Amino acid sequence: MKARRLGAWIAIAIGASYFIVPLLGTLEFSLRMRRDAYSFDAYRSVFSDFQFRETFGYSMMMAVLTIIFGMLLVVPTAYWVRLRLPQVRPIIEFITLLPLVIPAIVIVFGYLRLYNSSSILPLTGSTSGTNMLLMFSYMTLSLPYMYRAVDTAMRAIDVRTLTEAAESLGARWPTILFRCIFPNVMSGVLSGAFITFAIVMGEFTMAALLNRPAFGPYLQLVGANKAYEPSALAVIAFAITWLSMGLLQLVSRFQKSAPAKA
Amino acid sequence: MTTTTASAPLISKRAIIDWLGIAPFMIFALMFLIIPTLYLVTGAFLTPAGEFTFRNIADLFTPSILSAYWISIRVSVASSLGGALIGFFLAWAIVLGGLPTWIRSGLLTFSGVASNFAGVPLAFAFLATLGRTGLVTVFLRDWFGFNLYSTGFNLLSFFGLTITYMYFQIPLMVLILTPALDGIKKEWREAAEILGASTWQYWRMVALPILWPSLLGTTLLLFANAFGAIATAYALTGSSLNIVPILLYAQIRGDVLHNPNLGYALALGMIVITGISNILYIWLRMRAERWQK
Repeated sequence: MKARRLGAWIAIAIGASYFIVPLLGTLEFSLRMRRDAYSFDAYRSVFSDFQFRETFGYSMMMAVLTIIFGMLLVVPTAYWVRLRLPQVRPIIEFITLLPLVIPAIVIVFGYLRLYNSSSILPLTGSTSGTNMLLMFSYMTLSLPYMYRAVDTAMRAIDVRTLTEAAESLGARWPTILFRCIFPNVMSGVLSGAFITFAIVMGEFTMAALLNRPAFGPYLQLVGANKAYEPSALAVIAFAITWLSMGLLQLVSRFQKSAPAKA
Repeated sequence: MTTTTASAPLISKRAIIDWLGIAPFMIFALMFLIIPTLYLVTGAFLTPAGEFTFRNIADLFTPSILSAYWISIRVSVASSLGGALIGFFLAWAIVLGGLPTWIRSGLLTFSGVASNFAGVPLAFAFLATLGRTGLVTVFLRDWFGFNLYSTGFNLLSFFGLTITYMYFQIPLMVLILTPALDGIKKEWREAAEILGASTWQYWRMVALPILWPSLLGTTLLLFANAFGAIATAYALTGSSLNIVPILLYAQIRGDVLHNPNLGYALALGMIVITGISNILYIWLRMRAERWQK
């Protein structure tokens, strides 16, 4: 028993140092911009860069749009499948897992060929079209996480009874969906939203190949051209991931404590 | 469904509405997931003029493309095996090691974050740590007079990329394997001990046979995860390390292979490899779940 506990401590110590040392290294490096002393110069340089603000804002907006449109697609579908089409659930679940199987770079390659300016749907021909395509690509990437989060939340509520209760009170479909179903699966919607936020903020491949000024390609550009700013950006990016995952865990803990029904 | 539509018109109207409910999702999936992929898959079997051919697939077996696949597979195998091994010991430590509970919740929270901390920033973190002027490199040089880079180590190489990838591989393993280890019942161990089994015999003959579908399945998932990743590698090595996603990236950007349809074949190769490992993963997970009821 004692040997086992010692082994466990050793495993944790090795693991923890592997995880913590790169974070310390990044933090230390980001403070090294001034030769003689530690300073926040690299952060100052990052925050004063207008491209940082622009790309950060762009990705933030993309994340919000992806979450809104993703949820408008996923929640009604998950609801409908549970209520009316339980037999197609395996198919829908399989489709939602496909983005984990097909690498992102392959998906975007397909977009570039299918929606180029000489095709029937020339989305990449205009800026707004490309923005839309990028948003759809982010929706695709986050589909596995969004669908699973929402579907799990929906398992905890009795969709059929809620619907019948709302119908017998004279509610129409939009009312049922937005005032009855959405609020009840809010925990799932929020978990899906946070993980989507983390994915979109750091995403590189899609945005780079679609040539949009997002945060991921900006990070890569800074990394290729500057010395200390990349570390500062990595610290910021890690903080964003930490924040969204922290909020996610908070929400899912809340979800578990809520009374679950079959 | 077709039988009901044929028999009664009233039900058929309802059936149509039922199917219309998932139409937006299906259209979305077709337009942005299935058709783009199928387009590449069929393109892999066509000449630029549009005739059927196996030429593109055969051209994948040229030295430069084969070497790209080979180094991709090596990096993915190494990082998934390393990630699986270390992740297994960490999961074992927090589930069965008798450690305080705050370590368990701390590691699981951190794993949730770190498994999503990939891409470009991860490359920066490792450059700042193990790069030529990174924290660890400088520390070893100043305190032990040990020059890491004189040993032939290079972060921008197979080994460096493997170490970097493990940063998101290990947490993923911990996250997936912890529930599997939680499913191991104390009674099994007690029963084995009463029958006189040593710890080694218990693990070899009871625990590991139950765990192996989870272990192998998750390792395959990690493999696919590493195989499709590009951002970290691109930010770390630029285009100096010739792995498949980077080659495909260069092909999309500027047709470096001088044959667009060969690019489709390259993409098809990636889908086949990640597809096979994911299908095996799903199959193994179904086997593993038999013990988790």
